[in-house]
Amino acid sequence: MAIEVRIPTILRTHTGGNKTVEGSGDTLAALVDDLDAKHPGLKNRLVTEEGKLHRFVNVYVNDEDVRFTGALDTQVKDGDSVTILPAVAGGC
Amino acid sequence: MGRTGPPRLVDVLRIDRATYDAIVAHAREDHPDEACGVVAGPEGSDRPERFIPMLNAARSPTFYEFDSADLLRLYREMDDRGEEPVVIYHSHTATEAHPSRTDIGLASEPDAHYVLVSTRVHGNQTGLAGDEVEFRSFRIVDGAVTEEDVEVVESYLFGHSPTTVVYD
Repeated sequence: MAIEVRIPTILRTHTGGNKTVEGSGDTLAALVDDLDAKHPGLKNRLVTEEGKLHRFVNVYVNDEDVRFTGALDTQVKDGDSVTILPAVAGGC
Repeated sequence: MGRTGPPRLVDVLRIDRATYDAIVAHAREDHPDEACGVVAGPEGSDRPERFIPMLNAARSPTFYEFDSADLLRLYREMDDRGEEPVVIYHSHTATEAHPSRTDIGLASEPDAHYVLVSTRVHGNQTGLAGDEVEFRSFRIVDGAVTEEDVEVVESYLFGHSPTTVVYD
């Protein structure tokens, strides 16, 4: 068992074109580190230098936006499903 | 970022009249706030077929953002149907129909046509002389913006040429 992670189009250059990858960890932060070890550069696209999730990247654990569940401290476990989606946003 | 679909020979957004009108109507309706949405189509087809107006969670005249729960639902639904966002549209309500720096910085669908509509001249009013809204389309890839032609076809069902009109 592992955690399934859905990767958006724009980040698939880091995953060899794969739409989904697998990873492990007890928290979202640990999962991101694990993913970055297998797919270098991925963490940079998700986490700021200050160690926070990018404002315009949405991450969901089992359909729940992690902004409401502790952001990178959100607990994850085998069998969970994680979805990464860049915000669709802009402004004049 | 390379495109995931097959290479395109010509950069043009080909869109049917009903969808074009629906985007313009949505922009007018939400004026003075920015309106936003997508037109989904079969993956790799480059055909904008399914008009999906979205809620601007920012409810702002200067910013738009899809609601995060709506965004997840939208992408899951497109995934289930084998679709992708062929068009991503939003309106500018006080400035020209050209991607802003924020638009460019946040653009994350290199395969999509980014449609910009401006309601700055007539707002939500229709029926005035010269009330055509600005409707322009762009590619935004890695921070580079390329404008492309917009070709309005009467219907995808009856033909692909803009001069083809089928009357029953």
